Amino acid sequence: MAEDIKVIVFKLAKEEYGIEVDKVQTIERMLPITRVPKTFDFVKGVINLRGVVIPVIDLRGRFNLPENEYNDQTRIIIVEVDTTQVGFIVDSANDVVDLDRGRIEKPPEVVGGVKARYLDGVAKLDEERLLIMLNLAEVLNRSEVSQLENIED
Amino acid sequence: MDMNQYLNMFIDESNDHLQSLNEKMLELESSPADLGIVQVIFRSAHTLKGMAATMGFEDLAALTHQMENVLDLVRNEKLAMQEFIFDTLFKSLDALESMVQDITQGGEGKADVTAIVESLQAIVRGEMTPAAPAATVTATPTPSAVTADAEVVQESKGIQLDEFQQSVIEQSMSEGHQALYVEVFIREDCQLKAVRAYMVFDMLERFGEVIKSEPSTQDIEQDKFDRSFSLYYITQKDQDELKTMILGVSEIENVTMTRLDAESLKEMSAPANQSSPIAAETVSLEATPSTSAPVVEDKAVVAPPQAKAAAKSPVAAPSRTIRVDIDRLDVLMNLFSELLIDRVRLEQLASEVKVPALTDAVEHMGRVSSDLQNIVLKLRMVPVDTVFNRFPRMVRDLAKSLDKKLDLIITGAETELDRTVIDEIGDPLVHLLRNSVDHGVEPIADRIAAGKDETGVVKLSAFHSGNHVFIEIEDDGRGIYRDKILQSAIKKGVVTQEQSVTMKDEEVYQLLFAPGFSTAEVISDISGRGVGLDVVKSKISSLGGHVTVYSTPGKGTKFSVQLPLTLSIISAMLIRVGSEKYAIPLTSIVETGIIKSKQVRDLHGSQLIPYRETHIPLLSLSRVFEVPDFDEREEEETEIVVIRKGDKLAALAVENFIGQNEIVLKSLGKYLPDIQGVSGATILGDGQVALIIDPNAFIK
Repeated sequence: MAEDIKVIVFKLAKEEYGIEVDKVQTIERMLPITRVPKTFDFVKGVINLRGVVIPVIDLRGRFNLPENEYNDQTRIIIVEVDTTQVGFIVDSANDVVDLDRGRIEKPPEVVGGVKARYLDGVAKLDEERLLIMLNLAEVLNRSEVSQLENIED
Repeated sequence: MDMNQYLNMFIDESNDHLQSLNEKMLELESSPADLGIVQVIFRSAHTLKGMAATMGFEDLAALTHQMENVLDLVRNEKLAMQEFIFDTLFKSLDALESMVQDITQGGEGKADVTAIVESLQAIVRGEMTPAAPAATVTATPTPSAVTADAEVVQESKGIQLDEFQQSVIEQSMSEGHQALYVEVFIREDCQLKAVRAYMVFDMLERFGEVIKSEPSTQDIEQDKFDRSFSLYYITQKDQDELKTMILGVSEIENVTMTRLDAESLKEMSAPANQSSPIAAETVSLEATPSTSAPVVEDKAVVAPPQAKAAAKSPVAAPSRTIRVDIDRLDVLMNLFSELLIDRVRLEQLASEVKVPALTDAVEHMGRVSSDLQNIVLKLRMVPVDTVFNRFPRMVRDLAKSLDKKLDLIITGAETELDRTVIDEIGDPLVHLLRNSVDHGVEPIADRIAAGKDETGVVKLSAFHSGNHVFIEIEDDGRGIYRDKILQSAIKKGVVTQEQSVTMKDEEVYQLLFAPGFSTAEVISDISGRGVGLDVVKSKISSLGGHVTVYSTPGKGTKFSVQLPLTLSIISAMLIRVGSEKYAIPLTSIVETGIIKSKQVRDLHGSQLIPYRETHIPLLSLSRVFEVPDFDEREEEETEIVVIRKGDKLAALAVENFIGQNEIVLKSLGKYLPDIQGVSGATILGDGQVALIIDPNAFIK
């Protein structure tokens, strides 16, 4: 039953997160971002990725974490889910690991402030390292976001 | 899996073949005797069959096979084309089209085509069972019709033949076969007439061919006949021999045989005298052949312009084009914009380094790349022909269902438009054409009463003019009556009585495009489907174009559609607001200017500025878009862009103008589908993304 998957590891605040490698198109250094008015706060704007205009989301903002200044380590991870392309701004991304799918456990209620429904599960890499697997479809779910916004209003 | 790579090719080519089949069939319809066209049709059908069979689409292959059989007879002059053969073949084409459509959408191209296959087979067998509803009329005549027929037969001495049957008989006579008119009488006490008749038929068919029998074979099989039946028969066998053989069947009372020559055939098969008292009843039965003949003649008369246009195409040089997936072109375009960005960087570097040789090289590269850019853009241009080519068929079917006579004259089909526009423009044009055919061109009787030619003319033309392409649809029909529109508009409360008096004709015509507005008094199956011209208008304006109507009551109507050459590249004014750059499409800009801040008046919370003789609202781009680092209220003078939506104006306050530029339109991606006031994005020379402003969103 063991099925190995490759996972891109990136950092956000103090936690390490993982996205399956086949959902990731490229990882870019910071690019000039053009602000798009009248959209969610965490949508930082759009970038020109080799001729294609792609919206970028600050993942910290998306998870309601305090936002950071961007630096040398900041990366934009371009993911594609159901033909929707989006860039995620993350603190850093510098690892690829092989993971046995069987080692991904159901997520605990709250992990580092990130709501459980954004998570696919948690994988234990070794004694010290926990990897939080993202549920991309939920992260990109706009309707849920607009509902949230309405509640907050 | 392996087949998949051929699937696209198959779909493209099938569509091509279907298109050419449709075109050629129309051509053939206007000159049915041209066997050259039949050859082309046959080859096309044959190729299609082969491809379909290779790809494993059996229904498709089977249907084309049946079509081929019919066409084969036609090209070998064993069968003359006729109205209902055309109808059946067109129906087959429609079926093929929907099958290919199904395959395109990932289906298996399966369809229930048994009805069509049957009628095709019937044509091949020479059983002229026209279109299904008509067939039931002819095949199972009501008792009264039978007697009517019988009497007609007596009057004209034989069974009536249609053109095709007649020509088959004539053909075989000229080939040395003998044609016989056979009458068989069955004994009165016969128990199983149908069986005896069947035996006679069975025997006859062994030695020749039964062209037509009266009553029809179907009726005979079902025992729907009296004591005798008669038939046309083609054979090589000796008359007397045949007679003995038929009499050899038990319970046959008598057989009479008449050998036919051309003259007696004509006499026998001539339709009954129209003045005969029962003829009125038969008229309905022979309606198909009798109306078809004049139509064909008419078409032949009008054919020359069409035929000329068609004659040109086979002479034209063999196609020197290749198919390119549109996505690949997009990739090419994207890569190219990358190159342009690098060029800008190189130019900057060269100006810093100041080495003449480098500057020269970079300049040269700049020239080459701008030429390249033009070519890349031109690659996306497609002749409007790709949209127009489906119209002749559509107009034909429409005219037929409305019982009108129509000529569609297409000019300027070679005019090129960007692929993005081409894809969108088809539906609006279909609407306008339908409108012209249905509401514009009058029924034949009305045309004659108005002293016009029976055949209406609809002209579809396309041409370039400046940075636009015009597509016009013009008919010589009844035109638009201003009063009628106004009456209807007043009734619906769109305009008031007072307004209506002062309205210009053009304004009145524009009312046609108001939602829910239809002047059609009778809702036919062509119009009155709940979609009106308002849909056409909104579609065309979404493409950045507009429609104008010209009309002379009693003389005709013209719809003129103006379209931008391309949607993916537009001229825009680049402006700056704080650190942000935006593009405003030139088409919606009236002018640019500067106003002093003291000219701005506040009125109920909104701002107005004087413009010409009136005041127009001033909108602050920095506030609408919440630009962080600019506010024009802090400035003494503000640059403004006056924008337009229809006849409404407004001014946008900006920081300054960068200049006019050709920009490539890009979408913001799926994640950000609709941002108010933003219609898309573009990539500037420096690689930055600039948002394109949608002025329509600013003017309510």
